[in-house]
Amino acid sequence: MAKLKPEDLEKISQKMRKMTILREGTGQAKVTVHMGTCGIASGARKIMAAILALVEEKNIRDVIVTSSGCAGLCSREPMMTVELKGEAPVKYVDLTEGKVRAIFAQHVMNGNIVVKYALAMGSERVS
Amino acid sequence: MAKYRMNLMLCAGTGCVSNKSIRISKVLEEELKKHKLEEEILVVLTGCNGFCAQGPIMVVHPDGIFYQMLTEKDIPHLVEEHFLKGRPVKKLMYTPSKEEIPVPKMSDIGFFKEQRLVALRNRGLIDPEKIDESIARGGYSALAKALTSMTPEAIIKEMKDSGLRGRGGAGFPTGKKWEFAARAKGEEKYIICNADEGDPGAFMDRSIVESDPHSVLEGMTIGARAIGAHHGYIYIRSEYPIAVERMKKAITEAREYGLLGEDILGTGFDFEVSVHRGAGAFVCGEETSLIASLEGRPPEPRIRPPFPAQSGLWGKPTNINNVETWANVPEIISRGGSWYSQIGTDTSKGTKVFSLVGKVKNTGLIEVPMGITLRKIIYGIGGGILEDKKFKAVQTGGPSGGCIPEKLLDLPIDYERLTEVGSIMGSGGMIVMDEETCMVDVARYFVDFLRGESCGKCTSCREGLEAMYQILTGICEGKGKEGDVELLEELSSAIKDGSMCALGGTAANPVLSTIRYFKNEYQSHIREQKCPGGVCRELIHYLIDEEKCTGCLRCIKNCPSNAISGERKEPVNLDQEKCIKCGVCLEVCKFKAVLVE
Repeated sequence: MAKLKPEDLEKISQKMRKMTILREGTGQAKVTVHMGTCGIASGARKIMAAILALVEEKNIRDVIVTSSGCAGLCSREPMMTVELKGEAPVKYVDLTEGKVRAIFAQHVMNGNIVVKYALAMGSERVS
Repeated sequence: MAKYRMNLMLCAGTGCVSNKSIRISKVLEEELKKHKLEEEILVVLTGCNGFCAQGPIMVVHPDGIFYQMLTEKDIPHLVEEHFLKGRPVKKLMYTPSKEEIPVPKMSDIGFFKEQRLVALRNRGLIDPEKIDESIARGGYSALAKALTSMTPEAIIKEMKDSGLRGRGGAGFPTGKKWEFAARAKGEEKYIICNADEGDPGAFMDRSIVESDPHSVLEGMTIGARAIGAHHGYIYIRSEYPIAVERMKKAITEAREYGLLGEDILGTGFDFEVSVHRGAGAFVCGEETSLIASLEGRPPEPRIRPPFPAQSGLWGKPTNINNVETWANVPEIISRGGSWYSQIGTDTSKGTKVFSLVGKVKNTGLIEVPMGITLRKIIYGIGGGILEDKKFKAVQTGGPSGGCIPEKLLDLPIDYERLTEVGSIMGSGGMIVMDEETCMVDVARYFVDFLRGESCGKCTSCREGLEAMYQILTGICEGKGKEGDVELLEELSSAIKDGSMCALGGTAANPVLSTIRYFKNEYQSHIREQKCPGGVCRELIHYLIDEEKCTGCLRCIKNCPSNAISGERKEPVNLDQEKCIKCGVCLEVCKFKAVLVE
């Protein structure tokens, strides 16, 4: 292994942070794929794989991808929620890999909500 | 490198490993594979998480969900529910005692909320066996800063500004210690890391080495640069196999990256480290004994001066610091001495790691700012006394620390204040005792430990501790006489004055502090032949409360000496002649019908 120079430390750190940023619990955006039984049955696993591939492909560091359970609207699965830092979460429904690409490019990367695929803004109220 | 959507931080500190966390990690990986999640979810084996009472522990990121007391059986369900379907599993979460709703997030759990991590900054967040993970958390950036943009004088100034004091026990200012070693004349100088943690119930240093060995190596290398040393030793207990293994691995990795060895980071500075496994004598925590042991001689302390800074290992200028001290160094260099000195009290800066053990609900490893009160530690972080019994005392500073009573619980902790009340900071052991503890018996226990660990060089320590032990045993057995307490006090000052090192110098603390705060217990033993804590066998009787006894006969089944007799649904009889006072009946009785007098 090559001996490091001071500037190499920062390079290793940047490379590793893709993996370790999750542990800090903060990111510019959080993408949640709803993976209840209904979600998985209608293809949420593929959606998840597509998102992870996009993150890898575009070398995105500060987006947290996570999963959660059924959101209650089983007929519109697969679903995902995109939450930009400091903004209300947006739920997208009836997803396909193509839609995910578009949502990623427009909303996650550039902050513009893709209205035609979106169901609603905000979260349900939890009493 | 693949992008993971989830990191599972599974604790692989000694505590959790003993509770089978390594086996759990295997099952976890198999289950993830079964669901084809292995490329989306990463399992990371971390060092000690700190909340050892609840182990094995796993923290799930990015959400920070805290799972506890895991078993292999829980894993298939957990993987399917949470990791595949995204539904966190409530029954594996932590529920504080007396509450019903579990707390999902680690950051909301009382045990973690009050803590402030500096020395333990990477605990549970990195895999200690992967140097890249340490670098991702800023590891070795302080070393790069120290080597490329700071003179040795500037490093020492930063350390002096920080106000950091030796975390091994004595609390000597670290910057000043480095300055002495830096000014000492000599071609050859040495750096030593004292990882010979000998206090019963203490595991601060072990956990730091297990969870973040690179922070210790980085600290040592910065210290070496400051004093001009090119070789360092890590003196670590042989009883710490995981720590030894991780440290060796860390050294190998650091060497491969050129962060140890010749021409570190291409700056021309050389520093090499060797690991020395100690055979585990308590006195080796004393620096001159440690040096003797490292040189292959029996671990006996010697008179100082000359201090190791002038004449240490092989007679060369040597700087010794403890593990926790070294782990603080990189953070001080990165963030500045003035940042560090903002934390803590006037005389004691920064944070301190304690191992919180004994009769407290949340046992584990904690790091808190200096100046926090004992009450906050025991009742806040510690969650109070086990089974909600009454608090009696807390012993700080290891076997030669003192016992602090309830009236002093609001004492802010720092080096000076603990000394004022007759205890010491020590390396950070903290043993909580409840109402069922006998303080004379506690003093006897620690004196027994110290009498075995005294190296025997100074007569007053060797013979004095033995004499104290005999007197304390006499008191516990009901053979105490008037004048015993005064004799103990006299012996204490003789041991303190006549011993060369800190072992003898502080050995009387457990005796003196229990006499100071719990004299009534000594008096009941001596004058009334009674043990208020209900511990000393020769002085207690077990009795049956006839009103509470339901005649379930559970005690009869369990009594090893057939001392209890009776009929079902009638109060039982206890034959005092046959009773061997083992206390089994008290333990098995569900109706609190067994009394101790």
